[in-house]
Amino acid sequence: MIIEVHKLVKRFGAKLVLRGLDFSVNEGEFVALIGPNGAGKTTFLRVLSSLARPSLGSVSIAGFQLPAQAASVRRNLGVVSHLPLLYSDLTAQENLRFYGKMYCVTGLNQRIEEVLEMVGLSTRRNDLVRTFSRGMQQRLAIGRAVLHDPAILLFDEPYTGLDQEACDMLNQILQDVAGRGRTIVMTSHDLGRVQNLASRFDVLTGGIIAASTTPSALGHRNLLNFYRQALTG
Amino acid sequence: MDESMNVPVLPASKKEPSRLIVFLKTILAVVWKDLVTELRSRELLSGMLVFALSVILIFNFALELDLPTRRIVTSGVLWVTFAFAGTLGLNRSMAIEKDRGCLDGLLLAPVDRSAIYFGKAISNLAFMLIVEAIILPVYSLLYNTNLFSPGLLGVIILGSIGYVAVGTLLASMAVQARTRDILLPILLFPVAIPVLLASVKASEGLLQGLASTEIMPWVNLLLVYDVIFIAVAFMTFDNVVEE
Repeated sequence: MIIEVHKLVKRFGAKLVLRGLDFSVNEGEFVALIGPNGAGKTTFLRVLSSLARPSLGSVSIAGFQLPAQAASVRRNLGVVSHLPLLYSDLTAQENLRFYGKMYCVTGLNQRIEEVLEMVGLSTRRNDLVRTFSRGMQQRLAIGRAVLHDPAILLFDEPYTGLDQEACDMLNQILQDVAGRGRTIVMTSHDLGRVQNLASRFDVLTGGIIAASTTPSALGHRNLLNFYRQALTG
Repeated sequence: MDESMNVPVLPASKKEPSRLIVFLKTILAVVWKDLVTELRSRELLSGMLVFALSVILIFNFALELDLPTRRIVTSGVLWVTFAFAGTLGLNRSMAIEKDRGCLDGLLLAPVDRSAIYFGKAISNLAFMLIVEAIILPVYSLLYNTNLFSPGLLGVIILGSIGYVAVGTLLASMAVQARTRDILLPILLFPVAIPVLLASVKASEGLLQGLASTEIMPWVNLLLVYDVIFIAVAFMTFDNVVEE
């Protein structure tokens, strides 16, 4: 297992967000975490990405424990959220250069060229990010996340605010990353988008994984029906 | 699928750089990023500068003083100006990171997080020193007081280091709160009293030409404060920035 979570509890003051959640992912799996607003999806991804400490329970990623070995965990992670995590007053190239230095990427110049090519922003490399559309910023955010070639990619609602063209491009990148054996965990409440991408669907509601299925187990059944059943228990 | 969409795989690194080199490179990267973004946006420096100039102008018109009295109040006026302008800069410097999620981007990097602190602190210190370098001649002109002595400049640098060291740490804490704009001064000013007091007293002594035996205790206090708060920030920054 590349990700193993046991009895994870996360509380903010008196509010219990994750209630003893168990979760595991095999290497190369593409897991879509689906659930209603407030289910704890973003909090769960923040714990996985070491941005929030677990209150209780154990989290192991790529063989490293959180929070004790957080830096080693982060080396194996690429994170894309609905915010681009980019500096609007730096160019696309400068943003990648900055993050490349933060991740100690070797052969950085060549790597930046490759990544800009991958996300289709080679011609805009010297433009300030503040002049980019939301879709272009999200593509660059994906470039930032894969710059250090992480084994695991975490996507938190990556489709938020994207137009159809940008969504299609994001799908293409996701399929390609998954095709190269990278492990992906993605939160979304857009079932239509994740249905054709993920190799597993986990329903997170009330702070636990309430149900889990795969495309083959679903068969002809609709993901939406499965999701509704999971929510109603 | 389009050929250009292929995700290139990174070649394995031949040799891991030492931890110290990674630490220093991280600091440099953060400083470079802060200076370049500020050079383009000028949102931080311009705000600090306009505020600082307004404060000394207001003091100039409010306090119509004779020359000896000016010498007495100069250090107080200067440090009030530096402290308020510095607080503005510290708040904005972390808010820029938080607003677009860039703070998360920094914290996701597999580096010693105290290197991020030092990078931010050095940038904040640079911004504060730039504002001070502009304020000092303006103040000298308005108040007809010579402020350009090596001793005073040394005290201003030491005081600024202490203020920025504790300010950057507390700004990193305050930025997580919705009320960050009012939270930072509330947290910072009580903790910064020793550095402000020592700076004012040492500057006052230098401007009045007091003996070094009267000034040195305050300079020593500044040095101790700087060392203590840099060490505290080094040890606690990781916990401060985590949720």
